[in-house]
Amino acid sequence: MSKLIINKKEYSSRLILGTGKYKDFDETKLSLESSGCEMVTVAIRRMNIGQDHNSKNLLDYVSPDKYTILPNTAGCYTAEDAVRTCELAEELLNGEKLIKLEVLSRSKTLFPDVVETIKAAEILVKKDFKVMVYTTDDPIVAKELEKVGCECVMPLGSAIGSGIGIINEYNIKEIIENATVPIIVDAGVGTASDACIAMELGCDGVLMNTAIACAKEPIKMASAMKYAVIAGREALLAGRIVKKQSGSASSPKAGLVTGD
Amino acid sequence: MNILLNNKPVRLFDGSTVKKLLENKNIKNKYYAVEINRKIIPKSDHETYVIKDGDKIEIITAIGGG
Repeated sequence: MSKLIINKKEYSSRLILGTGKYKDFDETKLSLESSGCEMVTVAIRRMNIGQDHNSKNLLDYVSPDKYTILPNTAGCYTAEDAVRTCELAEELLNGEKLIKLEVLSRSKTLFPDVVETIKAAEILVKKDFKVMVYTTDDPIVAKELEKVGCECVMPLGSAIGSGIGIINEYNIKEIIENATVPIIVDAGVGTASDACIAMELGCDGVLMNTAIACAKEPIKMASAMKYAVIAGREALLAGRIVKKQSGSASSPKAGLVTGD
Repeated sequence: MNILLNNKPVRLFDGSTVKKLLENKNIKNKYYAVEINRKIIPKSDHETYVIKDGDKIEIITAIGGG
């Protein structure tokens, strides 16, 4: 089965996980392992100076030697803030250029501010960042972000953390059909079937956080997501049957004991 | 001298370098970045970069996020 390629690196898993909202680092680590993912997002924040110096930090549990670390720009509302955050992330990760760009609006929807997102993407691409960009499910905006030079376009299924799933399958399909870069559904997944549908639609991958971290049993849900993504991808490649209005028997009519 | 470290006032010895500040604050986390007055100070310069009175210093790291 073909692999996902991002920034010239091959990934066997098409599932990307966020590392927020877990109970503790042990649960984070075990959930990531259970999901089989190879790429994880992290947030960039001020260091908590003066905390217990023996306490571990996230990257002690989620090693950059094992996972591709994808720093995000969560919490940024302007292109300027997002670019600053990416440059800090690059320094933090010793020169890594792969980043997840998200510039949100200050609304309760947490929808992306696409104007600032495009502006930031243009600047970051010029600075040679490899941009995986979070955006709305608008096919025109998705194409524009691809034209700007983003490595990968990541439309929302629905609002961040909503768990509603993919609201507009037609838009996602339209985005996929027009794309020449990987399309990854980011945000909105609530349960395994949502991830499976994303893959059946033809997405190259799925990114999620809340659906796993806030499940009753995150480690089990991480495993469910792993299989959902594999199942959806295989179903896509296998090619689904055409939907028909009436029934079509699976067993032959010939040879019935009750027949002539 | 007085500086602002992660938006909090901190007193430092005159002539402190970034490396001294990191040692002084006992920062052992190897994943961090330092910014002074909105300019990133690369790790290769930490030993020689001398902090000035009034500098606004940010030390950032990676935490859990989606």
